[in-house]
Amino acid sequence: MSYLVTVRVNGVEHTAHIEARLLLVNFLRDVLDLTGTHVGCDTSSCGACTVLVNGQAVKSCTVFAVQANGADVTTVEGLAKDGKFHPVQQAFWDEHGLQCGFCTPGMIMTTVALLKKNPSPTESEIRSGIRGTLCRCTGYNNIVKAVQAAAASGRMP
Amino acid sequence: MTMVGINESVKRREDPRLISGQGKYVDDIRLPGLLHLSLVRSPHAHARIKRIDVSRAAKHPGVVAVFTGADLQEQLGSLPAGWVVPDLKQPKHPPLAVDKVRYVGDAVAAVVADDPYIAADAARLVRVTYEALPGIVDAEKATKRGAPILHEGKADQGGAPNNVAFDWEVNGGDYAAARKKAEVVVKERIINQRLIPNAMEPRGVVAQYEPASGQLTMWTSTQIPHLLRLLFALVTGHPEHKLRVIAPDDGGAFGSKLYIYAEEVITGIIAKHIGRPVKWIEGRQENYLATTHGRDHITDVEICGDKDGTITGISCSVHANLGAYLSTFAPLIPTILFGIMLVGVYKLSNIQCKVRGAFTNTTPVDAYRGAGRPEATYLVERMVDRFADAVGRDPVFVRRKNMIPAFKNGREVATGVKYDSGDYKKALAMALDMVDYRQFKAEQRAARKEGRLLGIGFSTYIEICGMAPSAVAASLGAGAGLWESSLVRVHPTGKVTVFTGTSPHGQGHYTSMSQIVSSQLGIPMEDVEVVHGDTSAQQFGTGTFGSRSVVVGGSALYMSLQKVKNKARKIAAHQMGVPEKQVEFASGRFVVEDVPDKSMSFPDVALQAYHAKNLPRGMEPGLEAVSFFDPENFTWPFGCHVAIVEIDPATGEVKLKRYVAVDDVGKVINPMIVDGMVHGGVAQGVGQALVEQAVYSPDGQLLSGSMMDYAVPTAEMFPVFETARTETPSPTNPLGVKGAGETGTIAASPAVINAVVDALSHLGVTHVDMPATSEKIWRTIQDAKSRRRNGRKR
Repeated sequence: MSYLVTVRVNGVEHTAHIEARLLLVNFLRDVLDLTGTHVGCDTSSCGACTVLVNGQAVKSCTVFAVQANGADVTTVEGLAKDGKFHPVQQAFWDEHGLQCGFCTPGMIMTTVALLKKNPSPTESEIRSGIRGTLCRCTGYNNIVKAVQAAAASGRMP
Repeated sequence: MTMVGINESVKRREDPRLISGQGKYVDDIRLPGLLHLSLVRSPHAHARIKRIDVSRAAKHPGVVAVFTGADLQEQLGSLPAGWVVPDLKQPKHPPLAVDKVRYVGDAVAAVVADDPYIAADAARLVRVTYEALPGIVDAEKATKRGAPILHEGKADQGGAPNNVAFDWEVNGGDYAAARKKAEVVVKERIINQRLIPNAMEPRGVVAQYEPASGQLTMWTSTQIPHLLRLLFALVTGHPEHKLRVIAPDDGGAFGSKLYIYAEEVITGIIAKHIGRPVKWIEGRQENYLATTHGRDHITDVEICGDKDGTITGISCSVHANLGAYLSTFAPLIPTILFGIMLVGVYKLSNIQCKVRGAFTNTTPVDAYRGAGRPEATYLVERMVDRFADAVGRDPVFVRRKNMIPAFKNGREVATGVKYDSGDYKKALAMALDMVDYRQFKAEQRAARKEGRLLGIGFSTYIEICGMAPSAVAASLGAGAGLWESSLVRVHPTGKVTVFTGTSPHGQGHYTSMSQIVSSQLGIPMEDVEVVHGDTSAQQFGTGTFGSRSVVVGGSALYMSLQKVKNKARKIAAHQMGVPEKQVEFASGRFVVEDVPDKSMSFPDVALQAYHAKNLPRGMEPGLEAVSFFDPENFTWPFGCHVAIVEIDPATGEVKLKRYVAVDDVGKVINPMIVDGMVHGGVAQGVGQALVEQAVYSPDGQLLSGSMMDYAVPTAEMFPVFETARTETPSPTNPLGVKGAGETGTIAASPAVINAVVDALSHLGVTHVDMPATSEKIWRTIQDAKSRRRNGRKR
């Protein structure tokens, strides 16, 4: 049995017939071909699939696409505006906050949500705020610096 | 336009794609008509396959085909070991098990369907009847009489009697004599626990076959596209020239994507069989079962020396767990990469090391970041601390007393290898300065009076990198050359494309290699394209592992750039009508000596090389060069890492308060990238020391089988890492580099455990096995306290 859903993704409305069991992350990746959102585990542990659903950071492997019916979803592809990187993207680049880049979209989306809630977090608030997203390359060192740089950029929307 | 040199922290050129979701990892590959493959895996650690019934799965709507090992036995072949140590037992390793399964996760059938969800559904409909057999997971117990045998039969019939894959040893000097003379001998049994690499991107394969041309194209998350093509051809008989292997963006590997894997062979052969493209993407729990693990040594170690702190010898006997089958480099890791490193940075002249490699009913074990060197470093650095404790000396004093003095051009050590260059005391001195050792000791004393547990730990490590001189490697068992190739192609407009045989997975080669080009040709980085990871683009290459890419691949690139420059200089001299020796190359221009206004830019010369209207007599048109660099020696990075921990006496929780890393990786191309690799390596080493452990039940079930059960470190575990470098150039390659990918993982575990033991030393604690979890440390504290109470009573 399939369900008709309409989800607004990065400002564009998409309507599709989908199975009830389709995960939001697979909807984004396989139905909409937005492959920037990654799948790194099967237990909602790694956070690579983090996107914003109605402004909140959500692990999109933990949500069925049908649950996102009517929602407003932002993925990493939707962050840059007018050809300019979002300040969080820019900070990750400037501070060498990524290596293999696989966790990066999830880490960036987590950071966007974190800074929205807490625009000038302390180091320990940052570490606690991103603990749900795993990175195996950077030891989080430069990710923390990137979050600090984004917070200090004065460019956060 | 960025003109850059060596030793500049330029921002990475690969990042704009990766931060905007435009990376292309294997799972992002879309092809028309793509099918999805799901594997049926054994739930038993050890069992005979009695029957496989695929009928229900085959009838499931959306299923295209189902295959068992018996269906494809001939085409799939057997996965070989790529490194053969003397007298190695090499049992067959069918990609799909045929008559027996030997670990939980061993693949027994493959289901191909239109959709990945359907493939997974149908895989559950395959009925396999097993006859369960007793399993064994402990490498030492596996080799004891009466243990279940994984690979039955005599050694010459593909069996491995007593589950022994090999017995290997290395000796130097005369350990027995040294021990007899020694005033102090310290023994320990040390466990280096099994780890799961946890690259954030699980593995994946997409294979596409064109029946008309016979061409098979395979996208796979691998560190070794070229070796994989060779191995795939050897295993399956598919012609090598009709196989193209592409390593697209790779979401981390840490050694775990360094092999030919069953799934690569299965997916490739099934795509060929069906004639439609097939994709297999590994789930995380599947990754924990099917992707190689690391470490897993049980070691009895002994160190000896004199009361004045002089260490005279070290001896160890190791049981190395290899898992159920030999992975590609499995025989190398616990032997050469481990045994020859037991000298450390010390004037140790007597070494004895025996290693027994054992098959067990567990996931195969192979290289994991550091690969053998972390195990060796952990033993040496732990035992140096044990020795210092036994002779009542400060661990820094003992290290300094025994350190090899500075040298620039080679020094042979007791294990028979020749270190390239080093100044170990300098790195130690810098680290001591950064932590302010004296101040810390005072703080520690004061803290103890308040009942607080502070500890400091040192690791003055050394590693073997830059794999490798091919002839030496071959004499030690390598099945392939370990040189690296480069091609530099200058286009007519002076833009440059370079092709390298290395294959990065996060190391930033696009940037580092561009920097090398920019520094040599004086052109902006933006004018350089770097192509890697595609067997149809490059000459044969070796790949990225063993901290070799810039050492070997970067040097190969450097050589080609010199060839290009030399040819361009000839053209420029010819066109400007002056002898070649009067032409200098500076800032991207060929300038006639003492006539500054007479010059040609690099792009001008490139255009002339292709226009070919006025080239020196006999010169071929075009401007490109190929080089193969085969180093004369390995490189030997070293350094000193220091950890400071505080332990909560009530809970046993270990908090890493400071971490100082002083590394010497020779010359550095991009300090920002090197620092980043150190950070990541340190985090993995700290992870091993404090939280990570793959745990099997005695009958072979992986208990730490998901990310909810295996502790991958989070951001909360770490302080800001403090990094610094000394620079002792390597004389073995033209760039003077040593390799920086593994330092942190190698150095960190002993530094942290030494700090933990230091924090508890006043309670009489002399050793704690990794991981130093809260529970384990709490128990250690309670045990130590009760020992002291009982001691006082008596």
